[in-house]
Amino acid sequence: MSRKIVMPFGPQHPVLPEPIHLDLVLEDEAVVDVIPSIGYIHRGLETLVAKREFTEYVYVAERTCGICSFIHGMTYCQGVEQVMDIEVPPRALYLRTIWSEYSRLHSHLLWLGLFADAMGFENLFMNSWRLRENVLDVLEDTTGGRVIQGSCKIGGVRKDISTEKLGIMAADLDDFESRLSELTEVFLEDDSIKSRLVGVGKLSRSEAYDLGASGPTARGSGVDIDIRKTGYAAYRDLRFTPVTETSGDCYARCAVRARELFGSIDLIRQAIEKIPEGEIDVKVKGNPDGEYFSRAEQPRGELVHYVRGDGSKHLVRSRIRTPTLTNIPPLIKMLRGCELADVPVVVLSIDPCIGCMER
Amino acid sequence: MAFFEMAKIALKTVLSRPATLMYPTRPAKITDFSRGHVVYDGSICISCLLCMKKCPAEALCVDKEGRTWTIDRLRCVTCKCCVDVCPVKCLSMDTTYSPALVAHAGLQTFPITYVRPERPQKSETTEAPPGL
Repeated sequence: MSRKIVMPFGPQHPVLPEPIHLDLVLEDEAVVDVIPSIGYIHRGLETLVAKREFTEYVYVAERTCGICSFIHGMTYCQGVEQVMDIEVPPRALYLRTIWSEYSRLHSHLLWLGLFADAMGFENLFMNSWRLRENVLDVLEDTTGGRVIQGSCKIGGVRKDISTEKLGIMAADLDDFESRLSELTEVFLEDDSIKSRLVGVGKLSRSEAYDLGASGPTARGSGVDIDIRKTGYAAYRDLRFTPVTETSGDCYARCAVRARELFGSIDLIRQAIEKIPEGEIDVKVKGNPDGEYFSRAEQPRGELVHYVRGDGSKHLVRSRIRTPTLTNIPPLIKMLRGCELADVPVVVLSIDPCIGCMER
Repeated sequence: MAFFEMAKIALKTVLSRPATLMYPTRPAKITDFSRGHVVYDGSICISCLLCMKKCPAEALCVDKEGRTWTIDRLRCVTCKCCVDVCPVKCLSMDTTYSPALVAHAGLQTFPITYVRPERPQKSETTEAPPGL
């Protein structure tokens, strides 16, 4: 039997965009155990809730993550709206849905690019990010920000999208979809990608469920969980089926995200078709008094924002639980038994967002 | 087995113009909503302090006595919150980004030049001179 050695992986590593540290226990080239440690970029955003008014905390909540920022802001707003019994106008709910789905497109394309980069497929990385640029252009054109949209507020949204602009967006989606299908075909069919991903980092259905995997990590193992099915925002009026794969390896997780892109496009089309006319916000009176767990589906999985107010203009407690945190135990399970050279691909396959996780 | 999956995309890319915008020589894409930097007009500011109180990044400082309005460009996150709360609209959002700054040069101070208009004179019948 060979000797076991411990090899540090991260927090600074060429393949990781963000800092996470893993102590890999190796036996020759095989990983036998993994000890994760986090806490390199904790910023204390939850504590800021006591120093910012609850209406201004939206800006802080949005900056929790640099990728799915809109969904963070929206989930926080949903929580406070539930505490204060505010009924958001339907048009605002539809606009939130449209921006959420554009965020998902942008996040998944970013991830597909980073994943291709982790495999050493630079060309595909560039192509994914070129497509992502079109999504960012739409976001900037409608909200004013490419990455931090800042268009959600308590009681509705800040900006409306005109009917002409919605028409242009819907028309642009056709061209975007055909270019996207060319790109995802490479991810799903290419031989070199398949040989790199198939059978790597296996996670069975029961393991995914028991270890609390969420989002595409769970759906790649056949666990059919999608918080959008609970019908927040305008999802209750839109028809969609969560994408699932059964094999539970890196290829399955990649395929789930690649196929979810088309689901998002379909949801945007439906929302643009059904969006009602009317107000986009309601006036907020009073202060929140009560508590609420607000949930939403981020591109990476289930996001939970807990808010508690005591009737003053500052909330007492905010707690943000992001999907990356729940996907760490499944990640440890996937890494056990894989080869050292596969570690970067397996780590990226859960789409880790460390900045989001440590808040 | 699938071969040459990238061939179509690669050929298209070779025959088309670069997707990257050659930024310094060509201007960046800017929309009507783009949040570039905050512009301040001291001639209508009433020093209500709302922008300073509501700023989530604590980047603004309004000095009522010294009659100055200071912004730390390196702290400002261009969230547009101050522009939304300003009651007299002395703040606005420019669509172009502020130029690059060296460290410690982010503080920019503007004088508040607003002069409170004098109250209209009351009619002579009600205005009795004091002490008489």
